[in-house]
Amino acid sequence: MHPAPSIIVFTAISGLGFGLLAWLGVGVPDVTGWSAFAFFFIAYALAAGGLMASAFHLGHPERAFKAFSQWRSSWLSREAVLSVATLLAFGPYALALWLFETRLGLLGAVGSLLALATVFSTSMIYASLRAVPRWNHWLVPTLFLLYAISGGALLSGEIYAAALLFLVLAGAQLLYWRTGDKLFHAAGSTAETATGLGFMGKVRQLEPPHTGPNYLLKEMVFVVGRRRAERLRLIALLSGAILPALVLSIVPAGHLAAAVAVLLHVIGLLAARWLFFAEAEHVVGLYYGRR
Amino acid sequence: MTSLPDRTEKKLGLVIDLDTCVGCHACVVACKGWNTQGYGAPLADLDAYGAEPEGTFLNRVHAYETVPDDGPAAVVHFPKSCLHCDDAPCVTVCPTGASYKRGEDGIVLVNETDCIGCGLCAWACPYGAREMDGKEKVMKKCTLCVDRIYNENLPEEDREPACVRTCPAGARHFGDLADPDSDVSRLVAARDGMDLMPEQGTKPVNQYLPPRPKADRVPSPPPDDGPVDVLAPFLEPVADAPQGFLGWLDRALGAGGR
Repeated sequence: MHPAPSIIVFTAISGLGFGLLAWLGVGVPDVTGWSAFAFFFIAYALAAGGLMASAFHLGHPERAFKAFSQWRSSWLSREAVLSVATLLAFGPYALALWLFETRLGLLGAVGSLLALATVFSTSMIYASLRAVPRWNHWLVPTLFLLYAISGGALLSGEIYAAALLFLVLAGAQLLYWRTGDKLFHAAGSTAETATGLGFMGKVRQLEPPHTGPNYLLKEMVFVVGRRRAERLRLIALLSGAILPALVLSIVPAGHLAAAVAVLLHVIGLLAARWLFFAEAEHVVGLYYGRR
Repeated sequence: MTSLPDRTEKKLGLVIDLDTCVGCHACVVACKGWNTQGYGAPLADLDAYGAEPEGTFLNRVHAYETVPDDGPAAVVHFPKSCLHCDDAPCVTVCPTGASYKRGEDGIVLVNETDCIGCGLCAWACPYGAREMDGKEKVMKKCTLCVDRIYNENLPEEDREPACVRTCPAGARHFGDLADPDSDVSRLVAARDGMDLMPEQGTKPVNQYLPPRPKADRVPSPPPDDGPVDVLAPFLEPVADAPQGFLGWLDRALGAGGR
């Protein structure tokens, strides 16, 4: 799949924002007043900023409000509804903490659940697509949730929880790559099933339908070099999870250590998300002799 | 509503005969010609006279080569458009309700004024049947020429999709695949019509008729067990190498060349 910067930034940044909100909703860290304002400002900037980035890849952003209507069937619509519900639920909760130094515990807990449900629905947009076998797996929502919760723990200053979660994240990420590499083959789609011509022998593209490019090839057929993918996997794993975990557990706690860990994590997260799209092969490539 | 209908009264669709298709692309041209001026936004061409021309098409003709373990390879021309699937994954992913499958005839359509151009339906389709228009930024797909098949302003013989009407080889057929007695259903039964990518679980309505086996009709040449022609022995070359003066010349020149 074409790794569109707007979607990579959206899923990465908004995931961090909703992850931070999930922690803030259960009172971690237990902040009030201006300190609470700062935390919620960051969380809202990430979550809402990410949502706005997602609008850039729409052909008709002016009709985006229509996307709230099909929550019964569409994960994209559910994501839209849940994200707005989350931001609305946290409004009074954040205001009460900031201005009245009061924690509306129940509202916060509901908000946390909504925040995690938003991340889950984002991941299900991809995980529900059978036509992209690498995405069509339960590890995708697991991974999205782990990125949100571990990144949220880091942003909320939960050093030990974050370090521990980063190790779990590293394991899950490795497992997903190992599993994902086999999913296309396991789905069973080949040039032979795509054309139904397998009974006549091995099927090979003789001539594409048009000499020029087309929307399908630009959007859904993207080939990543093997060595490039390996290098990016290493960056994603080290920078996204292992190094931040090390920094958090070795370097004495402080703003500088936290800033370094956040920077490392975001770089790794972006690399992992780029790979998530770029490595995902759509079965339509089979019609064009490409995977 | 982007939920799929429980069942559709009719299943209008195409039957495409891969045995008959000659790969002339007339269906592609007729489709673009009709659909760029009728229902919905036109089908844009980008950079039409430039270095990388491209455009929106609802129907494209691929060409494949099949290579068996033994025997000669074969070429198959392969038109591909929306299969109007019973279990259409493109419909249920739509966040706005712009994509829908009609309960009365099973046609999958896009309401372009509701489409936000997110492209998710094109991702969900395993067949590459949906293309985002480069100019209008809304999703375009085969409508089964919904503005022809029910159009009482057209003569009756024209009330079928433009691709079917134009096909000079008679490789495309249109009809109700829910009715077991329809011409298309009988064709599918007689010729073992098949689904594309059945493992994707989309239950496509459009059916493809496989090429008929060619080996049965064109027997291989008989084994070569000697001359067939009575004159052949007299026509064989008389000598392998020239002799006499010519032989000397040949050897002399050959040696020089070596």
